[in-house]
Amino acid sequence: MDEKKSAILQGTLDLMVLKNLDAMGPLHGYGIARRIEQISDDALLVNQGTIYLCLVRLMQKGWITAEWGTSENNRKARFYSISKSGRQQLLAETKNWERVAGVMSKLLRLGEEGS
Amino acid sequence: MVSALRRAVERVRALFRASTLDRELEDELLTHASLLVEENLRRGMSAAEAERSARRALGSPLRIAEDHRETRGVPFVDALRQDLRYACRTLRRDLGFTTFAVLIVALGIGASLTVFTLINALLLRPLPFGHPEQLVWIANGGAEGDLSGQTVPVHPFLDLRSRTRSLSEVAAFFAFYGSGDRKMTGEGEAERLTAVPVSQGFFPLLGVRPRLGRVFTNEECDQNRAVALLSANFWARRFASDPGVVGRKVTLDGKPYTVLGVLPPSFDFGSVFAPGRRIDLFLPLPLTDEVNSMGNTLSIVGRMRPGVSVRQVRSELGALGPPIAAHHGRDGLTFVATALREHVSGRLRPALLLLVGAAGVVLLIVCANLSNLQLSRAASQQKELALRTALGAGRGRLVRQMLTESLLLSFGAALLGVALAAAGTRLLSRMDAIVLPLREGVQLDFRAVGVAVILAVATGLALGLASAFRVPDRSVQDTLKEGGRGSREGRRSQGLRSALVVAEVTFACVLLVCAGLLLRSLVRVLRVDLGFRPEQAMALRMDVGSAPTRAQNNARLNEILRVVGELPGVEAAGLTDALPLGSNRSWSAGAKGQSYSMQDPPPDVFVRIVSEGYLRAMGIPLRSGRDLTSRDDATSRPVMLVNETLARALWPGQDAVGQTAIHVDVDREVVGVVADVRHLAPDQGSGNEMYLPIRQTGDYSSIDLVLKTAQSPAVLGRSLREALRTLEPNLPQNGVRTLETIVDRAVSPRRFLVMVLTGFSAFALLLASLGIYAVISYSVRQRSHEIGLRMALGASAAGVERQIVLHSLRLAAFGMLIGGLASWALSRTLSGFLFGVSPTDPATFAAMLGILGIVAGVAGYLPARQASRIDPLTALRAD
Repeated sequence: MDEKKSAILQGTLDLMVLKNLDAMGPLHGYGIARRIEQISDDALLVNQGTIYLCLVRLMQKGWITAEWGTSENNRKARFYSISKSGRQQLLAETKNWERVAGVMSKLLRLGEEGS
Repeated sequence: MVSALRRAVERVRALFRASTLDRELEDELLTHASLLVEENLRRGMSAAEAERSARRALGSPLRIAEDHRETRGVPFVDALRQDLRYACRTLRRDLGFTTFAVLIVALGIGASLTVFTLINALLLRPLPFGHPEQLVWIANGGAEGDLSGQTVPVHPFLDLRSRTRSLSEVAAFFAFYGSGDRKMTGEGEAERLTAVPVSQGFFPLLGVRPRLGRVFTNEECDQNRAVALLSANFWARRFASDPGVVGRKVTLDGKPYTVLGVLPPSFDFGSVFAPGRRIDLFLPLPLTDEVNSMGNTLSIVGRMRPGVSVRQVRSELGALGPPIAAHHGRDGLTFVATALREHVSGRLRPALLLLVGAAGVVLLIVCANLSNLQLSRAASQQKELALRTALGAGRGRLVRQMLTESLLLSFGAALLGVALAAAGTRLLSRMDAIVLPLREGVQLDFRAVGVAVILAVATGLALGLASAFRVPDRSVQDTLKEGGRGSREGRRSQGLRSALVVAEVTFACVLLVCAGLLLRSLVRVLRVDLGFRPEQAMALRMDVGSAPTRAQNNARLNEILRVVGELPGVEAAGLTDALPLGSNRSWSAGAKGQSYSMQDPPPDVFVRIVSEGYLRAMGIPLRSGRDLTSRDDATSRPVMLVNETLARALWPGQDAVGQTAIHVDVDREVVGVVADVRHLAPDQGSGNEMYLPIRQTGDYSSIDLVLKTAQSPAVLGRSLREALRTLEPNLPQNGVRTLETIVDRAVSPRRFLVMVLTGFSAFALLLASLGIYAVISYSVRQRSHEIGLRMALGASAAGVERQIVLHSLRLAAFGMLIGGLASWALSRTLSGFLFGVSPTDPATFAAMLGILGIVAGVAGYLPARQASRIDPLTALRAD
């Protein structure tokens, strides 16, 4: 897998997982992967397996929690949900993201005008 | 911030829950995959297609698991643990390889460590004194060889001490103390002891503080008081380390001495100043006119002032020497200063460097051999590696794994190597037959363990990297498709392996030639005509005798010789003050009628004071004239014997018998000429020698009784004790030495070098032959198809065999050619070690190359036989 791509998108992916869990309630890995795939048109996930790396990272930071349950097809599955500190993080990150996005779009427009 | 900290803690925790976490992830992935498949089926895919697509969407489970571990844990530790586990598994699977590799690396490291330990003790570790770097050894540079020529009389020493500015302290010990010169009687068994008289300030100069009691005061030294210091060794042996020994009296030669103190165990006089000797006691050495009149007797040590270099001391003493010598009328006396360390072990440096070189070569052969094995393993692992790459293992990861494996191997081997070295050094430091200075220091320490670690890492890295290059970086299919035989890769590796074998043979060849040359030298030394026959000669230290007159002393000697001569089984008996290969002294002596001057002084002559029967007991041939007799005593005309060298020196072209020699104003008639005796060392010439009748001089400080007998030392010792009970009531039990052991000790450094080098080269030879065997049998296996085909087409078994043996001989011949040339070039540096053999001795070269050739032939013959038994049908069908 392309290391650079993952490094750049790691933060984005974290944010998306948090947002999804916040919006949809508890989801298992497959569910999260499907959602992200639908939204991003495969731009973020090269392999769906990558989602588990993101999940373990978020768990370790304490932003999400997990509980074992049963999947739609009656298999052992882990359902993730966002925690309180995860919500705070989501809020902060969202603000941050919006600021950066605003700056970036301004900057890019500047470039267009200059040329 | 909190989350980062939390994550760090979680990461470490994850290390300990690895297997649980792995299992959980596996469950999740399985569910994930099944959900994907169901979804795909819903979309109308076929079952197989759904599976394939799901796998593609999810990615390689192996890869995810690995990344997962990396993300959740501490990547380095986690990977290391995994690599270790994997390495253990691989090594266990290849148990044969592992055992062999560990063994040879252990032997290589063990050998290197043992050599390092020697170097550490002899050259690196500071001498066991205070500020040892400031200590210098001051010798008389006037003459070479014997002890008289290296020592200094008392008066010049005192002058030196008062005039020197570069040295803060100067002290001396009496160099002519003899082993077992003193006899202790009183409580317990009588025992011969070795005591060294030392001048005032000797111990403080060396920075040695007594363990118990105190050292001599200046007054005690000056007035030659009856006081003694005990060595720690003697204290432990004789007094059971009794702390109450201070203040007690011990009786030496019938005179009571007060024990002042005990020296610390770290101070071992013998190991520094007299290798191979055990010193029991120290006595005061008075720097009096009387001792001065004995001539050259002092060995001097000095301590340099801070900031002064050895070179400065050298130049100052060089300038002080001539005026002092002139003032005291001692022609040729000079002071030569060397760093004490240099004096103690500098002589051994070339031999040690030779051993380092040899150990290094052995280690190189070990590495070459292992690389070779590793290459053939890599060839068989190639497919496995490709498979793992295909399954998603990164290249870096595989390289790391190979490194882990080889490091694990080399560290295991290093552990065993340290054990081997510990055993080796223990053996070395215990072997009495080896005379080495500082021998007690020959033991493993932290520095040696550090070296072991470095060696292990170096070997491990070398090996691991060698095989890491074999990790495929090409497309997976290529490797998987590539058959075992005939490919370009296979050829290249075969070439590399052949090169490694050639290198092994080359190194082994160089070692063998070195060992061969030294072995031949040793044989030459052992066969050298010593001038005496040590085979049946025994020596026993006797009391010098303390009768007031020479006549009474002579009567005692007569009685001893008579009693001993009557013992059954004793063929000849005589007395001497100087056994060969011990200490020596020389006096100057000239031919009467010859005029000598400062420019043309009379020659220095080694002195032996002997009785009749000595020549026969020692087996020294009488060339002309007569032996001494019991009638050559104080009342008769002074006579002497000379050796052939002295006879030629004083009366060239004439018969020495009947001539008169002058020594210290005494005219002595030469009554006989005897053969030269190698007194200094078996590999050194004799020099001038004269034998004076013991009854005509009192100038001897020790007497050895020499006997010719076929009895064992123990039996002889008992019968001597019995026979001499009245004459020598306290004859110690430990007294009888065979002349053979004396000769053995004299050649022991050479023998030691030969032993070690022979061991090294035997090991090298074994490794080289294994290398040849491995390469040839590998190539036979690779080419079994081709061989089968050729045999099917009519090639005979003998022909196949011949061809393969020739192949291995060709490899060996390459190595022998390079090795032979290298040895030819290198052996010149050995010339200092050789005796009676030229560095390019053709016989040695031929013999060693012959041995290598034969071994190579055998190593190649075994796989050749296998090849000739190949059944063409099976070989062809196997494809």
